[in-house]
Amino acid sequence: MPKLTIDGIELEVAPGTSVLQACEQLGIEVPRFCYHEKLSVPANCRMCLVEMEKAPKPIASCAMPCGEGMVIKTDTDTVHKARKGVMEFLLINHPLDCPICDQGGECDLQDQAVGYGFDRGRYGEEKRAVKDKNLGPLIKTIMTRCIHCTRCIRFSDEIAGVSVMGATGRGEHMEIGTYVEAAVSSELSGNLVDVCPVGALTSKPYAFTARPWELRKTESVDVLDAVGSNIRIDTRGGEVLRILPRLNEAVNEEWISDKTRYAHDGLKRQRLDRPYIRENGKLRAASWEEALALTAAKLKGAAPEKIAAIAGDLADAESLLALKDLLGGMGVASLESRQDGSAIDAASRAGYIFNSTIAGIEQADQILLIGTNPRWEGALVNARIRKRYLQGGLTVTVLGPRVDLTFPIEHLGNDATLLNAIADGSHPYAETLKAAKKPLLILGSGALARPDGAAVWAAARAVAEACGLVREDWNGFNVLHRAASRVGALDLGFLPAKGGRDLAGILDGARKGEVEVVYLLGADEIDAQNFGRAFVIYQGHHGDRGAHRADVILPGAAYTEKNATYVNTEGRAQHTRQATFPVGEAREDWKIIRALSGALGKPLPYDTLQQLRKRLADANPVFAQVDRVTPAAWGAFGTAGAVAAAPFTLPVENFYMTDAISRASATMAECTEAFVSPAVAERTGTHG
Amino acid sequence: MLRDEDRIYTNLYGYEDFRLEAARKRGDWDGTKDILARGRDTIIEQVKESGMRGRGGAGFSTGLKWSFMPKKVDGPVYLVINADEGEPGTCKDREILRHDPHKLIEGCLIAGFAIGATACYIYIRGEFYNEASNVQVAIDEAYAAGLIGKNACGSGYDYDIYLHKGAGAYICGEETALIESIEGKKGQPRNKPPFPANAGLYSRPTTVNNVESIAGVPTILRRGPAWFAGIGRPKNVGTKLFCISGHVNKPCNVEEEMGIPLKELIERHAGGVRGGWDNLLAIIPGGSSVPVMPKSICDTVLMDFDSLREVGSGLGTAAVIVMDKSTDIVRAIARLSKFYMHESCGQCTPCREGTGWLARVMDRMVRGQARLEEIDMLQDVTKQIEGRTICALGDAAAWPVQGLIRHFRPEMERRIADYRQSIAAE
Repeated sequence: MPKLTIDGIELEVAPGTSVLQACEQLGIEVPRFCYHEKLSVPANCRMCLVEMEKAPKPIASCAMPCGEGMVIKTDTDTVHKARKGVMEFLLINHPLDCPICDQGGECDLQDQAVGYGFDRGRYGEEKRAVKDKNLGPLIKTIMTRCIHCTRCIRFSDEIAGVSVMGATGRGEHMEIGTYVEAAVSSELSGNLVDVCPVGALTSKPYAFTARPWELRKTESVDVLDAVGSNIRIDTRGGEVLRILPRLNEAVNEEWISDKTRYAHDGLKRQRLDRPYIRENGKLRAASWEEALALTAAKLKGAAPEKIAAIAGDLADAESLLALKDLLGGMGVASLESRQDGSAIDAASRAGYIFNSTIAGIEQADQILLIGTNPRWEGALVNARIRKRYLQGGLTVTVLGPRVDLTFPIEHLGNDATLLNAIADGSHPYAETLKAAKKPLLILGSGALARPDGAAVWAAARAVAEACGLVREDWNGFNVLHRAASRVGALDLGFLPAKGGRDLAGILDGARKGEVEVVYLLGADEIDAQNFGRAFVIYQGHHGDRGAHRADVILPGAAYTEKNATYVNTEGRAQHTRQATFPVGEAREDWKIIRALSGALGKPLPYDTLQQLRKRLADANPVFAQVDRVTPAAWGAFGTAGAVAAAPFTLPVENFYMTDAISRASATMAECTEAFVSPAVAERTGTHG
Repeated sequence: MLRDEDRIYTNLYGYEDFRLEAARKRGDWDGTKDILARGRDTIIEQVKESGMRGRGGAGFSTGLKWSFMPKKVDGPVYLVINADEGEPGTCKDREILRHDPHKLIEGCLIAGFAIGATACYIYIRGEFYNEASNVQVAIDEAYAAGLIGKNACGSGYDYDIYLHKGAGAYICGEETALIESIEGKKGQPRNKPPFPANAGLYSRPTTVNNVESIAGVPTILRRGPAWFAGIGRPKNVGTKLFCISGHVNKPCNVEEEMGIPLKELIERHAGGVRGGWDNLLAIIPGGSSVPVMPKSICDTVLMDFDSLREVGSGLGTAAVIVMDKSTDIVRAIARLSKFYMHESCGQCTPCREGTGWLARVMDRMVRGQARLEEIDMLQDVTKQIEGRTICALGDAAAWPVQGLIRHFRPEMERRIADYRQSIAAE
């Protein structure tokens, strides 16, 4: 523990702390451009210079580790002169285009120029101009503004794991780019915009949209995958203008995926803004009274065993519970939240959550991925595995299709029966797992949606138990979900009750006419043709697959428009917060169900969100533990049996379009065009 | 005046063959096994005692540098030889590489042994095509004769030497940029700490030495540290290769005693300044990056590290660039500024942006197309670069301009006034 003195204050810091970090601990602000907490330290901007006693020259505080007895001064003439000098150098070739720069108002260079800049320039020569680069549909470049901090290069090399960015040329002619012009094909590329301290890399879809001081900022949670990334929603008026990451070391650190960041333009398209009723095969606009009355009549008119409900991937816990209370109270048993047909159930909570937690990945030394592509199913889980890989001493082994995960893998093959072999110890990999200090397996949600999903689930449990993944202080059994609603629905038991039908049963029943009314709570991933002649009630916010088949549409709210609870794949309950109002006549989902209960004459016992949240906590205590993960007790789950020899297939074919919101997004369509379509074409051999 | 028997580089001019047989006749590889038998600590101690200061420009004690290497390490340790001689005016290592490569190879073995290296990389400038080929011949000969490789010189020590060709970037002569370049990356200096002795090539303990420093070591150890320390002045001892170029009658490379008076060096070995000593305008005594000295200083200054530092210049690589009164001194320094702008790696701000600024203003200064106060601004800009950068290239770009302003400010002012007048006349 080195002791040092900074500006006359003595402090003791952890070994390896840099002088800059030590200054921050004391609340002393040190200006910087190239330094970024999550990236390596190049010390090339020279803005953070401080004076160190006995050193002949000022030192770069970001790169200097604290040493015993160091005496640091951050507020001397030399230091100020050095910083002013660096600032002047940065500005001589930086264009004076702040008024038309999208970074204006949140620009590190602008902010620090106020503190360290001159009020006039001494540079009378010609300024440098740099050609803009095309980095794809998400990132707009104005490279003349670049100050060569290399954060983007380090981000893509270190965090994203795609070595696409680099610096070419020397001296003044150094340029940041992709060398051979190419779009940055990473699911995390949007973060480049965040790490860029100036306006060189800005968000293309957001270009010229708003100034930061015009925006209302709402802290919320993302629901487009099951990671539950913490986000900030920036709105102006009733419009979501952009989504930025919010720091949460336990979940997403300070990154978000491109889908999380850019799919929000889908919130403005294909929206269900008023109730609709199908008449003579065509949907017509209707009033809430009409729609609710019709819905109530259909629900009353059918016997409970002829009613079924399917919840979609974006459904929040409040509406799930309200619907369960409502239909359950009517005796409906056919409730289903696994619209992918997964075999997972609520038998044991430890069986369906990411027990090690996402942050826990950093302790693992052996990771087995089963039938999953975490890069597309949970981009930030993959980023965390990569982070762990970079620390050294991690082996990632894949059982399933081989994909590029941005780090090297050992491939066991794609034979699902290997799971049984590892569990009974006949496969050598079992020994590897047993020998690991903190082994961990990640079971993809796609692997559980196979016909033999229950057996896969049980086999994975057997592997975990046989190879020491589950111990007193460590639980390395993880399920990586894709749907934000899934864990919450399982926690609430939104599953077939005794005698109820599961997904296959409901669809089968609908085709045969045994199920007469189907209530879709935002369920869009099911082929509409499967509902036969059943009366379909669709509650949701987008005119997607579910709404196309609906007989009555109850317009709900998207995740940016409601205060709702989602439980991420770790089992962490988190709240979204309302940033805008639902469009048109649409309403928050639980309120729709509450209103429907009134129309049915069986009013639910909660009138406010607080009362409903209380009921949630009563239903399952995890909902009271907001933002926290409660360790789950190990139990039995799955159905023991032989796993079929069929290979695992990956459930996500297009990362950019996985739900009703991203399917409606023009930006995501462009990304699909730029990043996914070429790859698909290559695969089928029609490329070029 | 250095006596002939005290010369280290007896084949400096290539009058004899560079190959092993001829080198042996000159005394190379004589008793190398016995030198190694003295042990690591003794060798380092003796090099320290000899007072050898690094010949690459910074003048840091070679023995002391070696002693920074960790004594006990598992895994590889490297010795890297900096043969990327790129400093304008400097051509001393080149002569060693092409005419006396065995001195270097032997030095590599001894130095590598002393620091506990497992292998040695010689990073040679890409333009030195013939030199690289001679060094490779020497390495091959040494392998064939069992002098290096497995059980080098029968000492039981295994040691490999690799030759790595650079691509001709000046910045790759900076030791950490050189290391990056060997690793296959863009040649950009690293931050220090960590110093190469802790984490250098491939993050392993590494010592980087100049060719001349290493090539002198075998002779020093054969003749004893006292011999070397007895030449020159205290703290500035031994023999040194001087490269004399510019406006002299006979430009040459010469090995001389450290601390020889500059005037004596030029008159005795280079045939004097063109047009006589009084025709001298200024001299850059140590390669392009040290400040220029006017004649008044050149009259008396001694050529060694400390004497030159006292007069505000430096010995650098001992590349003496002589300029007589026909020289356009502002244009000469402006050319150097252009060089540093071209060779800046672009990594850190002050150098990337500052060298271009200097070069452009200097370009105007040549024509006098500037305002008087811009001379002060120029001085200020050099001060903003100096000491703020990752490596010493920033300093190297700043010093020539500082030297010009210090000693030739009236000349700059005169040009500005002349230019004003010519504008007014039109």
